[in-house]
Amino acid sequence: MYTILHKRPLNPSVTLMEIDAPLVARKARAGQFIILRVNETGERIPLTIADHDSEKGTVTIIFQKVGGTTFLLDTLEEGDALLDFVGPLGRATETEGYRRVAVVGGGVGCAIAYPEAKALHGAGAQVDMIAGFRNKDIVMLEEEMGAVSDRLFVMTDDGSNGNKGFVTVKLKKLLEAEGGYDLVIAIGPLPMMRAVAELTRGYGVKTIVSMNPIMIDGTGMCGGCRLTVGGEVKFACVDGPEFDAHQVDWDSAVKRLGQYKEEEHDCRLMKRFGK
Amino acid sequence: MAVNKQMEKTPMPEQDPKVRAANFEEVASGYTAEMAVNEAQRCLHCKNRPCVSGCPVNVQIPDFIALIAAGDFEGAYQAIRATNSLPAVCGRVCPQESQCEARCVRGIKGEPVAIGRLERFAADTHMNGQTECAVKPVPNGHRVAVVGSGPAGLTCAGDLARLGYAVTVFEALHAAGGVLMYGIPEFRLPKTIVQQEIASLKEIGVDVRTDMVIGKVLSVDELFEQGFEAVFVGSGAGLPSFLGIPGEELLGVMSANEFLTRINLMKAYRDDYDTPIKRAKQVAVVGGGNVAMDAARCAKRLGAEHVTIVYRRGENEMPARREEIHHAREEGIAFLFLTAPVKLLGNEDGRITALECVDMELGEPDASGRRRPAEVKGSNHRVPADMVIAAIGNAPNPLIRTTTEGLEANRRGCLVVNEETMQTTRDGVYAGGDVVTGAATVILAMGAGKRAARSIDEYIRGKEA
Repeated sequence: MYTILHKRPLNPSVTLMEIDAPLVARKARAGQFIILRVNETGERIPLTIADHDSEKGTVTIIFQKVGGTTFLLDTLEEGDALLDFVGPLGRATETEGYRRVAVVGGGVGCAIAYPEAKALHGAGAQVDMIAGFRNKDIVMLEEEMGAVSDRLFVMTDDGSNGNKGFVTVKLKKLLEAEGGYDLVIAIGPLPMMRAVAELTRGYGVKTIVSMNPIMIDGTGMCGGCRLTVGGEVKFACVDGPEFDAHQVDWDSAVKRLGQYKEEEHDCRLMKRFGK
Repeated sequence: MAVNKQMEKTPMPEQDPKVRAANFEEVASGYTAEMAVNEAQRCLHCKNRPCVSGCPVNVQIPDFIALIAAGDFEGAYQAIRATNSLPAVCGRVCPQESQCEARCVRGIKGEPVAIGRLERFAADTHMNGQTECAVKPVPNGHRVAVVGSGPAGLTCAGDLARLGYAVTVFEALHAAGGVLMYGIPEFRLPKTIVQQEIASLKEIGVDVRTDMVIGKVLSVDELFEQGFEAVFVGSGAGLPSFLGIPGEELLGVMSANEFLTRINLMKAYRDDYDTPIKRAKQVAVVGGGNVAMDAARCAKRLGAEHVTIVYRRGENEMPARREEIHHAREEGIAFLFLTAPVKLLGNEDGRITALECVDMELGEPDASGRRRPAEVKGSNHRVPADMVIAAIGNAPNPLIRTTTEGLEANRRGCLVVNEETMQTTRDGVYAGGDVVTGAATVILAMGAGKRAARSIDEYIRGKEA
């Protein structure tokens, strides 16, 4: 069992949990993920590692309540425990050798963009971070992101924080301004990552995205998480979850992510939470 | 004791095909004591014991059969258990027809003795009746790590534990059992049976740790650093092969591993479990092995109207057990032989709608000894489907190999071992089962686990001397 040591809401639909998982914490690196199961009848769901503390033996996860399992997870409190917590899985982000990097996060994707920025910043890169949210009320991790970037730009779709526009608006300006970047990392909803990919393609800047497809085992066993990247079938769990954004087949990734929508709507768990 | 001259095996009661095609309960219910004694009396007790030489784990078959005939069912179980860590599993899923029973003298003129059914009877009777605790072997002070809790790993662990080793089994998934849990469906191998077998290994001291992906959370080197003196790798063949034809990214196309894992491990067929599963109307399963039969029969049980096995060779070339093909056919599964998909077709939502297939004809035998299928030009036709399951094989998972120095693998990614000792190219590391052979059978994996246990014991005692 994996005890929840700390829990706090980051905004009305996003929650942070610090989990006691010493073995996972010892090996965790930015870009990797875990698979958890809340209880015996639960699904296995993947969540990217948002932070880890090898000394304390803890792993931080941040999740948005979007499906039955994340709603169920959010009903647990400090002191409760998860039945299963497996990891660290997937490949870690390569953080060495970059000079200037833009890390772009969208919504809850900022939870994953944050450790990437932290790792890159720690490796000596100059990091600009662009974080996008729908409005100012759901902005999260502002302080944390600020601490690991040279410049932080928080954008809102409705302009309620004074900076109106999608992350791509800001990124375009930065790309055109001084110096450019040798790496852009984008993490967020598929349409956002895709838009970043389309933008940076024109500037010829290497761009990495963190994919979050449907997954079961997380070890390469089922192939449910497969994506088409550069014309080849790749498994996000073992070949990723990070891929070259300019090589990803976005159309098929969007379709694959929605393939259990009908079943989810029919699901007992979702009904329990009145969805 | 007089030999029962009955030419056929004593039949084992089965659920009616129409009834069972709508539930996940076990197909066959097993012998009663009376049936078992009757069947046991068919054994001739040949002096040269040909059946034993057909058993990869060396079960002393005539001995346990004699005990059943004499009414000593627990004695029969103990006789099996002396060399076989998973009797209830083997009694159900071993291909006895090509192993022990293939060599049975009674099989020359009639049907062989139903060794598998008798093994299952002895194991089930033991599980239903036993109360006394297993005797823990005397510890010998040595530690061995086993990676993977499938048939190879459990056998190796069981044999070593009986010799007094402190054995820790590391399992990546949340439940131990490997393919016995995620692959083979409930109706062929109830999961409570698997867990009971594992519980009896725990009783003799085997420590099972789930949620541990070796290669990620701990490397093989770290296992040695932690004081394990030898490591057995039985991580199986978990990497599914896809068809490699256009349209594979379409929704509704999946590996048999995904389909079966959702059903067996995650219990998606039950309303009280959260994992979703597609309930399709027309399912095509590509492949001809036991996994293809399992996937097809699961699809039927989930309510599919038409389930078709699409196989590029003929019925005689199918690698599946005859019994499984027979059961599948009884349950209404259709077979398209000499047919191969060349393209998957979808609608504008990206969902699968049909397979474009070609007819095949069989030519000269290939390396596997089976006649090689060749495409009949211009024979393209469509097979409608709203779900396609690829059951065309699995390769070993690369996780251990790519994170451990000094482990050689062949072209197909299988670990290279000395086939006598099961030692890998690295000192102290042994391997067996599908990670060495590629996808094969439960019993062959168990045989490999057994040989590895013997070698590991010799290796560790050799270091001590």
